[in-house]
Amino acid sequence: MTVDTAGAGAGERKTLYQFGYRRSTDQDAVTPVRHPVVIVGAGPVGMSLAIDLAQRGQKVVIVDDADRIGEGSRAICFAKRTLEIWDRLGVGTPMLDTGVTWRVGKNFLRDKLVYQFDLLPDDGHKMPAFINLQQYYAERFLAERTAAMPGIDLRWRNKVTAIDRRGDHVRVTLETPEGAYRLDADWLIACDGAKSPLRGMLDIAFEGQVFEDRFLIADVRMTADFPAERWFWFDPPFHAGQSALLHKQPDNIWRIDLQLGWEADQLEEQKPENVVPRIERMLGHSDFELEWVSLYTFQCRRIAGFVHDRVIFAGDSAHQVSPFGARGANSGVQDAENLAWKLDLVIRGEAGEGLLDSYDLERSAAADENIAHSTRSTDFIAPKTPMERRLRNAVLDLAARTEFARDMVNSGRLSTPTVYRNTPLSTPDETPFAGSARLGAPVPDCPMTTASGEATWLLQALGQGFTILHVAADETPQAVPGATLIVVGRDLMDDVERHFARRYDATPGATYLIRPDQHLAARFRSFDRDTLGAAIARACGAGA
Amino acid sequence: MADLITTSQLAVPDALYNALVDAHRDLDDEQSAELNARLVLLLANHIGDPDVLAQAIALARHTD
Repeated sequence: MTVDTAGAGAGERKTLYQFGYRRSTDQDAVTPVRHPVVIVGAGPVGMSLAIDLAQRGQKVVIVDDADRIGEGSRAICFAKRTLEIWDRLGVGTPMLDTGVTWRVGKNFLRDKLVYQFDLLPDDGHKMPAFINLQQYYAERFLAERTAAMPGIDLRWRNKVTAIDRRGDHVRVTLETPEGAYRLDADWLIACDGAKSPLRGMLDIAFEGQVFEDRFLIADVRMTADFPAERWFWFDPPFHAGQSALLHKQPDNIWRIDLQLGWEADQLEEQKPENVVPRIERMLGHSDFELEWVSLYTFQCRRIAGFVHDRVIFAGDSAHQVSPFGARGANSGVQDAENLAWKLDLVIRGEAGEGLLDSYDLERSAAADENIAHSTRSTDFIAPKTPMERRLRNAVLDLAARTEFARDMVNSGRLSTPTVYRNTPLSTPDETPFAGSARLGAPVPDCPMTTASGEATWLLQALGQGFTILHVAADETPQAVPGATLIVVGRDLMDDVERHFARRYDATPGATYLIRPDQHLAARFRSFDRDTLGAAIARACGAGA
Repeated sequence: MADLITTSQLAVPDALYNALVDAHRDLDDEQSAELNARLVLLLANHIGDPDVLAQAIALARHTD
């Protein structure tokens, strides 16, 4: 839920963490200093991208027009895949330790439970289905990690005011408290949010659907016995005709989302004298403190292309979704991880620039999928005509009695990673594979044991670059250039419940090529160096 | 692709029509509309085939 407040601007939020502006030597340079990568925007997407690139050895400059992290939970739901990415980036543990872990969602019609779901019924994963964590915590942990990495130069209160595309680089003009300066970027990455000034500077159309509805979001501090579950009400008795959502967050903070309808008055609705009674009706008591209130409307839309020569868009600057399903920040972090390894290989000259076309293709497909899901959820949650409302209510009525209708109840289809089905980077399967591992999808995690007998997780054991995962057979294979070789049965052992064997349909000799972003690029029933070499070349864009 | 069946499948067409009429008797407009919504969902799930449903929707929307 990265959509910013429509009424109250972000600037009105109270400051929680303050960072300092520091003068850069670039500001004293006579000619603009050239940098390989400049990221605009130090939000979850920009910082994740910076850390990923820096872990791969790149020097990164991030600029942000602000110098603080503001209050308000905003994007609170972080999905399993995002947590896996952040774990690889060295921030998984503080996120998990601070966040509220949950996996069960309950949907109510009026005061009656109609449907409940479990997002991760299967065990044997390091990361849970979801955590709830205020965005300011997530940003704080990312900012701390960023500050600890010598490869990252984070410049607060550096606002991009102009860009000039010059073939193989972009000249960027920045405004600071000490005046303007310029720098050159081989690659300029726009992670500057839904209102992306860079998108405006390039005059890129952002087309899609604006939904005519208003939602009130509030963080409330209270001690309560509600379980750590996602509770969603259609037409609740405390808020007739609308919808409501309740989430538990750390520090006894509860997040409440209330649908208000399009006619609602932006300023009136945010006044405590109007907000408090609504929440009192919802909670049934007045024993709470209001921490933060905001209003939002939202859009479902994206730009046509994410790569514009040397300017690349990621996260909300490229696509926006409705908040139902937690697909905003989660998909943005996945953009970052898709881009990081590709940009790294291109900068190193180990892959051609064509590899970046696959970023556009794969993440555009992901954006389309997220937009489709969140649009459908919005249609279900906020019916637009009386008959749509009747159909929706009919589904809810039938859900109590029939299984098919329960599956139709849509209070948000929660973020799952997109499977890159039509990517040129994948080598099509020659033989069928069962199990939950899918070509083009992030590989499933599994509990494993190292050769020395220590417990670990499969995702944790994967290399930073390409990994070849080979199931031990009669012969020990030789390593293939450009990939780390891990032999299951020698370097890593499956657990007693054979999670790995089941999830990967692993037979002796089976060999899997895993991309640096942990997506499955190819799999074979036996190990063949030439075939694997070709699959790696293909995954680096050779076949595109 | 399966085709929507538009020839009669009913041994006693009048009885089926009557069953529908009976279901709506004594209901006001709103209740009738709600009943229809539930009925459509139940029948659509029973049919299950999206191609058949698309043809039925197209035929039902076309009125002249």
